[in-house]
Amino acid sequence: MTEKLPEAELIKQQSNYLRGTILEGLADRATGALSEDDTKLTKFHGTYQQDDRDLRDERRRQKLEPIYQFMVRLRLPGGVLTSEQWLGLDRIADECANSTLRLTTRQTFQFHGVFKEKMQEFMQKVAALGLDTRGACGDVNRNVISNVNPHRSHLHNEIHELSLAISDRLRWRSAAYAEIWLGDECVQKLGEEEEPFYGHKYLPRKFKIALAVPPENDCDVFANDIGLIAIVEDSQILGFNVVVGGGMGLTYGDPATYPRLATMAGYVPKEQIVDACQAICAIQRDFGVRTNRAHARFKYTIDDHGMDWFREKFAEYHGHEFERPRSFSLTSNGDRFGWVEGDDGNQHLTLLIPTGRVADTDRGQTRTALRKIAEIHKGSFRITCNQNLIIANVPPEQKAAIDAIVEEYKLDAGNRSTPVRQHSMACVAFPTCGLAMAESERFLPEFVDQIERTMEDEGLEPDAINIRVTGCPNGCARPYLGEIALTGKAIGRYNLYLGADFSGQRMNRLYRENIDVDTILAELRPLFRAYHETRKSGEYFGDFLVRTGIVEQERTPAMMHQPLK
Amino acid sequence: MVIDLSSSPLTEDQQQHLNSILSGLNTDQVFWLSGYLAGRCAAGIPGAQVIAAPVVSVAAQTGPELTILFGSQTGNAEGIAEQMAARAAEKGLLAKIVDMADYKPKQLKNEQFVAIVTSTQGEGDPPDNAMDFYEFLHGKKASPIKQLRYSVLGLGDSSYEHFCKTGKDFDQALAGLGASALAARADCDVDYDDLAQEWIERVLEAVALEGGVSQSATQTATAAVPQASAYHRKNPFRATILTNQVLNGRGSDKEVRHIELSLEDSGFQYKPGDSVGIYAENNPVLVAELLETLGFTEGQQVTEDGQSIPLFDALTHHREITLLTPPLMKQWAELVGSDELRALADDSTELRAWMTGRDLLDLVRQWPVPELTPQVLVNTLRKLPPRLYSISSSQASVDDEVHITVAAVRYHSHDRDREGVVSTWLADRLPEGAEVSVYIDSNKNFVLPENDAQPIIMIGPGTGVAPFRAFLQEREERDASGPNWLIFGAQHFRTDFLYQTEWLKWRRDGLLTRLDVAFSRDQETKRYVQHCLRERAAEVWAWLEKGASLYVCGDADKMAPDVNEALLDIVSEQGKMTRDKAEDYLRQLNRDKRYQRDVY
Ligand code: SRM
Ligand SMILES: Cc1cc2nc3c(=O)[nH]c(=O)nc-3n(C[C@H](O)[C@H](O)[C@H](O)COP(=O)(O)OP(=O)(O)OC[C@H]3O[C@@H](n4cnc5c(N)ncnc54)[C@H](O)[C@@H]3O)c2cc1C
Ligand SMILES: Cc1cc2nc3c(=O)[nH]c(=O)nc-3n(C[C@H](O)[C@H](O)[C@H](O)COP(=O)(O)O)c2cc1C
Ligand code: SF4
Repeated sequence: MTEKLPEAELIKQQSNYLRGTILEGLADRATGALSEDDTKLTKFHGTYQQDDRDLRDERRRQKLEPIYQFMVRLRLPGGVLTSEQWLGLDRIADECANSTLRLTTRQTFQFHGVFKEKMQEFMQKVAALGLDTRGACGDVNRNVISNVNPHRSHLHNEIHELSLAISDRLRWRSAAYAEIWLGDECVQKLGEEEEPFYGHKYLPRKFKIALAVPPENDCDVFANDIGLIAIVEDSQILGFNVVVGGGMGLTYGDPATYPRLATMAGYVPKEQIVDACQAICAIQRDFGVRTNRAHARFKYTIDDHGMDWFREKFAEYHGHEFERPRSFSLTSNGDRFGWVEGDDGNQHLTLLIPTGRVADTDRGQTRTALRKIAEIHKGSFRITCNQNLIIANVPPEQKAAIDAIVEEYKLDAGNRSTPVRQHSMACVAFPTCGLAMAESERFLPEFVDQIERTMEDEGLEPDAINIRVTGCPNGCARPYLGEIALTGKAIGRYNLYLGADFSGQRMNRLYRENIDVDTILAELRPLFRAYHETRKSGEYFGDFLVRTGIVEQERTPAMMHQPLK
Repeated sequence: MVIDLSSSPLTEDQQQHLNSILSGLNTDQVFWLSGYLAGRCAAGIPGAQVIAAPVVSVAAQTGPELTILFGSQTGNAEGIAEQMAARAAEKGLLAKIVDMADYKPKQLKNEQFVAIVTSTQGEGDPPDNAMDFYEFLHGKKASPIKQLRYSVLGLGDSSYEHFCKTGKDFDQALAGLGASALAARADCDVDYDDLAQEWIERVLEAVALEGGVSQSATQTATAAVPQASAYHRKNPFRATILTNQVLNGRGSDKEVRHIELSLEDSGFQYKPGDSVGIYAENNPVLVAELLETLGFTEGQQVTEDGQSIPLFDALTHHREITLLTPPLMKQWAELVGSDELRALADDSTELRAWMTGRDLLDLVRQWPVPELTPQVLVNTLRKLPPRLYSISSSQASVDDEVHITVAAVRYHSHDRDREGVVSTWLADRLPEGAEVSVYIDSNKNFVLPENDAQPIIMIGPGTGVAPFRAFLQEREERDASGPNWLIFGAQHFRTDFLYQTEWLKWRRDGLLTRLDVAFSRDQETKRYVQHCLRERAAEVWAWLEKGASLYVCGDADKMAPDVNEALLDIVSEQGKMTRDKAEDYLRQLNRDKRYQRDVY
């Protein structure tokens, strides 16, 4: 190799299969942190070292190190868990973390504020629930997400089975996980055999897979490295249209980085789909760029080599070619709230969990409420890709009991907030996210208030507009698929993106750069007025902006960096 | 004071100049000057001869020498011994100072005059450097010393149960061996200066009367080489507070402050291990409350050090109103004329129990004195002593600053919130920019090894870690190659790890070889520095065998004894020796200045 590898890549390759010196670091009582190199490795184990950024400066003056703590993310393919698991995680939040649970945009849980000395206990308690955190972060395949599909129960089961199968196939295998967290003896090293699929290099970068069942696109299938769109005939899954090379992140000021919607590759029958995913992942493993992490995602591999090259490679790695894609149609990437009846007669309740934060605060006792539900609920829970929650498979006779709790704690089954709020989403950002440039989770509620007021001023009903806010351009709340999106530039300042569709199939574009909230609202006000005056019936805000030529139809990477105004 | 210098080689107007200067000096200044000149001539600088000359002219005579032995932990007793020597020189008496640790007790048989100046430490224990001498006098080996004429000056603090015990013990022991007193013993409280001077004069008079005549003052001179600064304990420097920063994180039960003082233009020289003395100011609110209870007014005049000042000032700046002491209680009992109080004052255990957590306000409320006058009140109270704070900076790295690390003392007792005078004054009423009166209290018994290559083990929980920050700054400046091991302890890792970022940086840079921590309240069972020591027994022993010096700083009541206990166990277990041998081992370390403690 001529070009030299970035540090992160070397650390990974020389980590002795993700062991590094993590164990030694955990034993060091003089600091709450791990060595910088080890913090790169812990990601593969599902955990990030962070600190409470609200306290950073104060602590510096006190000559104390930052409040180092760990964010831990679970691997939970398809976002499904049992009541027992819910109750267990709820307990762990108190015993080992900051007493909150965070539902993520990839259908799983994040815990925040886990201190170093609590990490092993945490991991063991998670393992005791039959769960793990392996590969929830890091340069491997991430949590496999899939359509929550409440009303077609048998389809959901099958889709969920598949997400589990894919996730398991692409799970990393090294014994480091058991040694470091579960207290296993250090096994004699098996060398390459420790990672039959990944090898000691793992992937160049994170890798993401999603499964959608039309007409729903709640998982934003096009924002993933591999998107699988189920082709269903007489309520049987035949196979999948495979789209590749999706991803959201960009870096300000670097036009070589851009969000990208996955491109249609072709159709693969159901029986082959797990192998197909492994083959595609292997192509990225072998051809993805390792010399530049900013160019290491699969989307760039695809653009660098082109689709024809990819289809060839696929045939070579997989042994079969792609078949011609089948037709499909997606209508929304949001959630539908309230009760629906599945085709097996079971009831499913979708609840809005504002920014996915399950906590007890003066604003509401969400965590207690959900614990009470878990205590009586016999069915399962499903986390949606929009950070919301489904109480799934409720037998009809149980419905009333659950409704009572929902009532008592004023949980939102879509009846307590406006459609625009129901379709808003924000990433975590401050105080835990080390990359945040502006507030996001803590800012969204008031921002939606302001949006609602502005809409009202302009005579608009607070109809569904898909709003997404992130604290930086990395795109954790998939902002570039929001009809209105903000990405943080600095405290109180954001980039404003407009013009995505309502179903996750067209991105927005940069409209104005680095503006404060008043300016954002001032920009939106006239657009809302025009929308109110000339909107076609049922027309979504993003589509309106495109139809009226305020925002163009097609997208180029440049549009994500060059403001329209 | 005017000296007849007729026998001197000085010219008329040189004499006049000198006399006019001398007459303007107070006793301290004269001591200083005499020590200074003596120091200069010891250093062989011509010009200092003027005073030495007449002394030399009486060199024909001989006579017995006065030996001044000092037992001192933080340097007060040593300082007085030096003053005594200087004063002896001035009086033309032959005298020499000896550190008790360096004194061969057998010598006592050959001595004629011995003056002992000693403080009391721990719970009535001798200072470290007095241990051996103390044990000798109280042991079997001691033989009669009838010829010996002696006197003892005890330094102490009457708020401690065993007031000046070590001094009293020496007095008894010597008398027990047949020696006879030159002058009556004096027991000094924290405001010791005046009584000490008076004792020095009495003793030297007696020595002079009994024929102690000087040959040369120069022997004492080196001991009396003065501090470069014109400021000292009796003439403190007004230092500006540059930084006053809390070191504990949110939610801590502790309030420890990092305070940076400006020593600009003070001329102070300090070294790691020294302390800063800070003159106290009582909380005006408490003073006002006291005045009100007593029916006095702020303005009423009282005499302090011969000057007439308002009562309010006297109680705010000059007298201790927070701590009660047995002497005060006895006097108070007389003033009140109550047998009940007399009885209490006489029963030391009962008294201690009563005094604990009470202050003057409690006393006057419970035992009002009929027709008490402001002056009588003031006279009954002891002088407000300065508080010492271990210096947490090295002058080599902060030049004209000095840093200290102060824990605010706050507690609730007898249904009132109580405050430590100086620590809460610093915490609550002294913002950056304010000034305090300070002096440097140098400590010969807590110093870095001369040898930069020598390993050191520093044990300093809580504010006890302060001097070790100075140690590391100094060793960093000196590029000292010796390994450094710090053992720190506090309540909680996240909020109470004093100077955490600095230790971690020094560990990264390789200056701090080992860093062990014990946080008592982060787990079920309490964990303290001594537990760290025990867990690392093998390493501790290895370091000691490699010649490491041990330093212990911080709490005197529990920590220091517990650490000593742990060290004894480690030495006997790792060194495979009996407990007695282990004790000898530690004592030898102490003699070799390889086991030094600064505890309070
Ligand atoms: C929790 C979550 C946002 C949320 O509010 O739910 C999240 C949170 C973080 N993401 Fe993300 N990402 C989350 C979904 C996403 C998504 C959306 C998706 O995958 O559908 C994206 C865009 C899709 C993509 O990957 O392109 C996303 C793109 C990023 C990136 C940019 C990656 C890129 O290649 O451009 C980073 C930064 C990086 O990897 O260098 C990042 C990094 C992070 C970190 C770990 C910050 C860091 O690296 O230190 C954030 C932790 C914040 C905190 O304090 O919890 N996160 N992140 C989501 C967790 C998903 C999961 O459970 O696995
Ligand atoms: C050589 C030396 C070095 C020192 N270094 C430091 C240092 O680096 N940092 C530091 O913070 N201190 C240090 N000290 C201690 C310091 O000198 C003071 O004693 C301390 O700050 C308290 O002084 P104060 O005026 O605030 O309290 P004071 O007014 O002196 O009150 C303290 C007294 O209050 C009483 N008291 C305290 N707590 C209680 C309670 N819970 N119940 C009942 N009575 C109680 C006790 O009688 C105690 O002696 C050192 C002392 C010495 C001798
Ligand atoms: C930890 C400690 C314990 C002390 N114990 C006593 C004591 O028991 N009795 C007493 O009279 N004085 C006691 N004192 C007061 C000292 O004797 C007094 O401060 C003296 O001036 C110190 O003199 P030095 O610097 O020569 O050691 C103690 C002081 C300290 C710091
Ligand atoms: S988008 Fe940026 S700020 Fe938000 S969570 Fe992801 S990395 Fe953090």
